[in-house]
Amino acid sequence: MPEFFKQKKLLAVFATMALLAAGFIWVLLSSGPLAKIKIVVTEVQEQRLEPALFGIGTVAARYNYRIASNNVGRATTLNADVGDKVEAGEILGIIDVVDLDEKINAQAALVERNKAQLNEAQTRLDYTGKQAERYRKLLPSRSVSEELDASKQHEWILARSQMRSATSELVRAQAEHLGLLALREDRYLRAPVSGLIIARHIDQGATVLAGQTVFELIDPQQLWIDVRFDQAGSMLLAEQQPTQIILRSQELQPHTGYVARLEWLADAVTEERRAKVMFTQQPNPAPSIGELAEVTVQLPQLASTPVIANAAIMRQAGTLGVWLLDDQQPFFQPVRIGRSDLAGNVQILSGLSAGQQVVLYSSKPLTTNSRVKRVKQLADTP
Amino acid sequence: MISLAGRDILHAWGKFVFTGVGLGLLIGVTLTMAGVYRGMVDDAQVLLDNSAADLWVVQKDTLGPYAEPSNLPDDTWRAVANIPGVANASNVTYLTMQVSSASGETRALVTGIANSGPGSSGWPLRLLAGRQVSKNHYEAVADIASGFKLGDSIQIRRNRYLIVGLTKRMVSSSGDPMIFIPLLDAQQAQFLKSNDAIAQNRRRISQNPIFNNPRNPEVLDAVLDLQESNTQVNAVLVQLKAQAEPKQVAEDMRRWLRLQVYDREQMEQILVGKLIATSARQILMFLVILAVVSAAIVAFIIYTLTMGKIREIAVLKLIGTHNKSIISMIIQQALALGIIGFMVGKIAATVWAPFFPKYVLLVTQDTITGLIAVLGMCVLASFVAIYAALRVDPADAVGG
Repeated sequence: MPEFFKQKKLLAVFATMALLAAGFIWVLLSSGPLAKIKIVVTEVQEQRLEPALFGIGTVAARYNYRIASNNVGRATTLNADVGDKVEAGEILGIIDVVDLDEKINAQAALVERNKAQLNEAQTRLDYTGKQAERYRKLLPSRSVSEELDASKQHEWILARSQMRSATSELVRAQAEHLGLLALREDRYLRAPVSGLIIARHIDQGATVLAGQTVFELIDPQQLWIDVRFDQAGSMLLAEQQPTQIILRSQELQPHTGYVARLEWLADAVTEERRAKVMFTQQPNPAPSIGELAEVTVQLPQLASTPVIANAAIMRQAGTLGVWLLDDQQPFFQPVRIGRSDLAGNVQILSGLSAGQQVVLYSSKPLTTNSRVKRVKQLADTP
Repeated sequence: MISLAGRDILHAWGKFVFTGVGLGLLIGVTLTMAGVYRGMVDDAQVLLDNSAADLWVVQKDTLGPYAEPSNLPDDTWRAVANIPGVANASNVTYLTMQVSSASGETRALVTGIANSGPGSSGWPLRLLAGRQVSKNHYEAVADIASGFKLGDSIQIRRNRYLIVGLTKRMVSSSGDPMIFIPLLDAQQAQFLKSNDAIAQNRRRISQNPIFNNPRNPEVLDAVLDLQESNTQVNAVLVQLKAQAEPKQVAEDMRRWLRLQVYDREQMEQILVGKLIATSARQILMFLVILAVVSAAIVAFIIYTLTMGKIREIAVLKLIGTHNKSIISMIIQQALALGIIGFMVGKIAATVWAPFFPKYVLLVTQDTITGLIAVLGMCVLASFVAIYAALRVDPADAVGG
């Protein structure tokens, strides 16, 4: 019996020691310099990339009418408010210029006075004309002196000048009168087109300055998106390219559109290119002006090249490249990269060919001496 | 020849193993504490490694961007890129903030990266899953320590970002996971106030007749626009050409651009020597005390083990065993105890290290130093036990 116990005890000793040794070896191999680096490998594909350009912008009205008064005056009547739909020519408000009617009356009186002055000048012209003619006839018979004849001729010339002056003066007064009448007509703020009032900057009774915007009017059927794209990669952006638009208020409902205009002026501060994107079909309900929108423009397909995921690209000693596997031993291969798409695929212009095995992910930085172990994934992916 | 030590260990195997395990756990705690210290220093260094920069250009007279706030106009990089010796220069922003998602929120270092492509300064060095950011808005790559998963949608200030890639060991100097987002978004996030604050600010400005002059209504809009836009970054990361001399290029920048420039060595000094210095020293002090306490406990255990069988040693002496055999037995037992303890400690430290909320770096060098220290301590401690064992009177074996 003691022998049996002794053997059992020896077994327990060896078992414990083996367990401890196994645990220690596991620790040495799973961490520290002897541990293998886990890697995920992918294959270089030969494919045609479909690059896209992503930008953000805000909803804007294509046409924005700022309706302002030409005069300093008081807004006595304002007929429209924000949200009202108005027809072209409709009177939106009246700006009352305090002394305009009095000025018109004064001008009308001036016109009358000028007419009277014109009549007077005409009468004088007729009289002096006849006198001059009569004296000219009497001169050969020496009934009047030459001096008197010259005097009558002079009076006639003066009367003609006065006549021209009075005519001009009347025309001026009439024009000024018409000008004031036009000004009175201009006190009506009229809608230049049919549309929607989106802003009313003053309230009834307030004084407005000449040129101050009173109403802002847009055509709600003509909305577009003022988009900003990163200048890098925007070379292939062109008008009429199809786009996908996601409005912030309608996140789950993408809309389609097209590039309506490429702006010539880029934003030098933010280094962005600007473009206008129209909806193919206006969203219903219409988005509010200024709402944020994400725009993805589908660019033309590129030529077929080797393509890898951007996660595989590393920089070693200032050189871009990827880690390849040579019989389970990693080595760094410099590459030249081209364009990329929004899914993170990058064209490889030189350095790789389709079918090569590239290290996509690694649990630690790789070196040429690293021992690696291929796994399917390093982190849970949905 | 009979191994006295082996026989004795076998005799009280259970007691021996449990003592070894207890000792091992203590060694494990000491190794872990060394790992915590190493991890803390590594967090600071890994931040610099991840930047992939040779030089950091920051606001003049600051220790930015990690140890102090630093702001630069976002077109400074053009001037920096023109300095001879510079291969490329990229803007970067750093902002430590709470980032929330449907599953909860986490504290993270949100990093704004310039749209210069993978492999550029500031970009995540390597991924565990997913891909690098490819849109210039509303995409993010997060460190796996943040707890976010691929496809998660996270909220940073006003906007939501889709997690498209996961990284590992991309942390701030204080161990917070990093989240990489496009620079334009990060600039906006950094200076974006809450909507309430913006509304109140607008009201305040619009009530000021200088800005809201009816004769010039455009002024108000211009002032508000100016207030709500941000064209600042925190630093410019510079990669140098292979033949460039970092100190010379840095000096050129300081002289001609009148900006503060740090090279890798200086940055490391700022991070390790200034930013985490106190907390690292705190941990180091604790490590030293723990090591001393562990050593003392090892000595006590071996002494107690020896003293526990002092009667048996007396018997051995009585039957004429050489002192050499007794010394050898005690030293062998002490070393065996030390080895078992060390193995248990190493296994325990490796097993529980990943469960720490912050990084625990178990360095091979520390392990080897630990092993030598443990064995040395065991031998030293056994000297005391040997001294006691040799002094025992063989008569004690039969005495009371």
